[in-house]
Amino acid sequence: MTTHTLSVLVENKPGVLARVASLFSRRGFNIDSLAVGPTENEHISRMTIVVNLDELPLEQVTKQLNKLVNVIKIVELHTATAVQRELLLVKVKIDATSRTQVLETAELFRAKVVDVSTESLTLEATGTPDKLDALLRVLEPIGIREMVQSGAVAVGRGPRVIAATPAVRQLDRPA
Amino acid sequence: MRRPPPAARGPADRNRPAMSSSPTPRPAPPPGVPGATRTLTGAQSLVRSLEAVGADLIFGIPGGAILPAYDPLYDSTAVRHILVRHEQGAGHAAAGYAQATGRVGVCIATSGPGATNLVTPIADAHLDSVPLVAITGQVPSAAIGTDAFQEADICGITMPITKHNYLVTDAADIPRVIAEAFHIAATGRPGPVLVDIPKDVLQATTTFGWPPTPDLPGYRPVLRPHGKQIREAARLMASARRPVLYVGGGVLKARATAELRVLAEVTGIPVVTTLMARGAFPDSHQLNLGMPGMHGTVTAVTALQRSDLIVALGARFDDRVTGQLSTFAPGATVVHADVDPAEISKNRVADVPIVGDCREVIADLIVAVRQEHEAGHRSDIAAWWAQLDGYRTTYPLGYEWPPDGSLAPQYVIERLGAIAGPEAIYVAGVGQHQMWAAQFIQYERPYTWLNSGGLGTMGYAVPAAMGAKAGRPEATVWAIDGDGCFQMTNQELATCAVEGIPIKVAIINNGNLGMVRQWQNLFYGQRYSQTNLGTQATRRIPDFVLLAEAMGCVGMRCESRDDVDATIDKAMRIDDQPVVVDFVVGEDAQVWPMVAAGTSNNDILAARDVRPDFDAGV
Repeated sequence: MTTHTLSVLVENKPGVLARVASLFSRRGFNIDSLAVGPTENEHISRMTIVVNLDELPLEQVTKQLNKLVNVIKIVELHTATAVQRELLLVKVKIDATSRTQVLETAELFRAKVVDVSTESLTLEATGTPDKLDALLRVLEPIGIREMVQSGAVAVGRGPRVIAATPAVRQLDRPA
Repeated sequence: MRRPPPAARGPADRNRPAMSSSPTPRPAPPPGVPGATRTLTGAQSLVRSLEAVGADLIFGIPGGAILPAYDPLYDSTAVRHILVRHEQGAGHAAAGYAQATGRVGVCIATSGPGATNLVTPIADAHLDSVPLVAITGQVPSAAIGTDAFQEADICGITMPITKHNYLVTDAADIPRVIAEAFHIAATGRPGPVLVDIPKDVLQATTTFGWPPTPDLPGYRPVLRPHGKQIREAARLMASARRPVLYVGGGVLKARATAELRVLAEVTGIPVVTTLMARGAFPDSHQLNLGMPGMHGTVTAVTALQRSDLIVALGARFDDRVTGQLSTFAPGATVVHADVDPAEISKNRVADVPIVGDCREVIADLIVAVRQEHEAGHRSDIAAWWAQLDGYRTTYPLGYEWPPDGSLAPQYVIERLGAIAGPEAIYVAGVGQHQMWAAQFIQYERPYTWLNSGGLGTMGYAVPAAMGAKAGRPEATVWAIDGDGCFQMTNQELATCAVEGIPIKVAIINNGNLGMVRQWQNLFYGQRYSQTNLGTQATRRIPDFVLLAEAMGCVGMRCESRDDVDATIDKAMRIDDQPVVVDFVVGEDAQVWPMVAAGTSNNDILAARDVRPDFDAGV
């Protein structure tokens, strides 16, 4: 099995997330991560879905997703040709000695300090899953109190874009 | 939408003893309801939309949340509403109407329990790709999410079993939503669409405009097949040595039976018709090998199993057809044509995938195959036919009379088919009687066989027959039902009697949940746990003849071979009242051939303990 990132353009309507999520669960496919948010077009939302699947089930998932009336377009993004990022917020336990260590780590990983107290430091980091994993491995021995991580979002490299093609169709076309 | 003018309704309709139209003059609408003004209520907009989209017949039951819609419905002359006795009946009736006529079936129910009672027929229509629009009332918008009286999240509940569904939040959207719902239900791969409308939206003041502008950017069914794939399929069809046309319900949905016949005759390739496709190709046709699958003919099952090319047309490689998937048709190259791309390579990987409407696919295949033939490419399949004809001769469908002298259920069904003939519509429930009805009736025409294939819904037959008869009043409609199935939905006989829908019901009464009993007999050591229904015991409970009479139907009983023809003849002569015949049959009859669940089609048994010897003398 390999990891695949699907960019899914959906209509910005109530219940669409539930339709997509329930499709995955009822067809027995696992979602590694799912992120959804607005796009340049207010009528359209974009989901980034990361799944771990073989080629045939991936084809099946894509076809089933395409059958959802609210799904407009599905594109698979490949790591080589797309930028993929996750966001991590992590609260680390600090004391007089570990504080510097955490700050140095933050600098190395280009993480930002977003909150400080005498006992904790909260870092914000973005990156690929690998990079964030590496950061967490360094912070682990110091003491992670709490962490929260977003699903991946991704965009293709270069000038090409994923956009909904305008579709104007008649309701009563001949069968 | 095709729809006959009201005058085209058949004699049964004109003879209705009690019309759905009120026998007494209707009171004028309450004051304050706008008449000819531009503005109207959401409910009026809904009824106008149903009229505009061509819905001539809808099945339903009113209740609190949907009540506003029933007021303008009272005045509609274009839409006839049939008041059913249970919402499940409304759903199956709409499905029966749709399957018999090819038009979209419509059912309507109130919120909460009314809506949840539609769940089974919606799931049924989903698995059998039946175009259905279900309209439900919902609690007022402000009450949604508060666990209000008769509140159920029917959109959430039906999400996995509808092609699409809507919760209407603005009365102005009603015309667009209704138009989209009918469009989605009827096009591409047909299916059920649910429209949930809160009571306040039905009561709101709005405007009505038709036709509405659709807003379906993500719905683009592919109907035109790819030329390259068609040519590749034709090349394979012209060169295969052991080809089979595996025909599914999609051929009926695409109304492609005439094209199918031409394709079969041009190529001479044997045809198997699945449970959902019975009637898509005439049973009397020399090229028809019968039904494949768990209870298919030995010839049809074995033809697929030993083929070198399967051309699947609107079929979905269901587990009941393939048996154990890993051993299904091991030597076959697969051409798979379906309007739903997700069906292709879902179960069996397709070598040549063709996405498209079956009518267009088959029409293109005919042209492409003829070109192959003209170019001198045509394989000799005489040896294949010799082999298949050998199977046909050696393993025809058949049955034995019960040794205890009781009536053979297969005989009853066989005679029913022979007497009612190929013009009649046959509607089955689910179980042994369904399989016998698929096996022992000769289907010669499309849309004459209705059943619950995918979901296997017991209780489908009576309401679906009602819907079929309401949609095709000129046709004789026979429900063939089991005594178990019949007891699930027979309340709709009252609807049939009151509304003047004279269906005929043959209860194949073996006193048991017959198919379950058969499995207990074969796989559970004859331990008949909870399968005896008591309909044949010393006291017949219920007495189906009395039950029929109580429901305003003619009730008859037949218990011996000698009476079968006369009883059917008598039932055929009654056309102003529903008829129920209690055929009391033996409880030990079994459905054969059989591929036991989960086993390989190679292990088909032609009859009990009879394993075909495929290589003997062929």
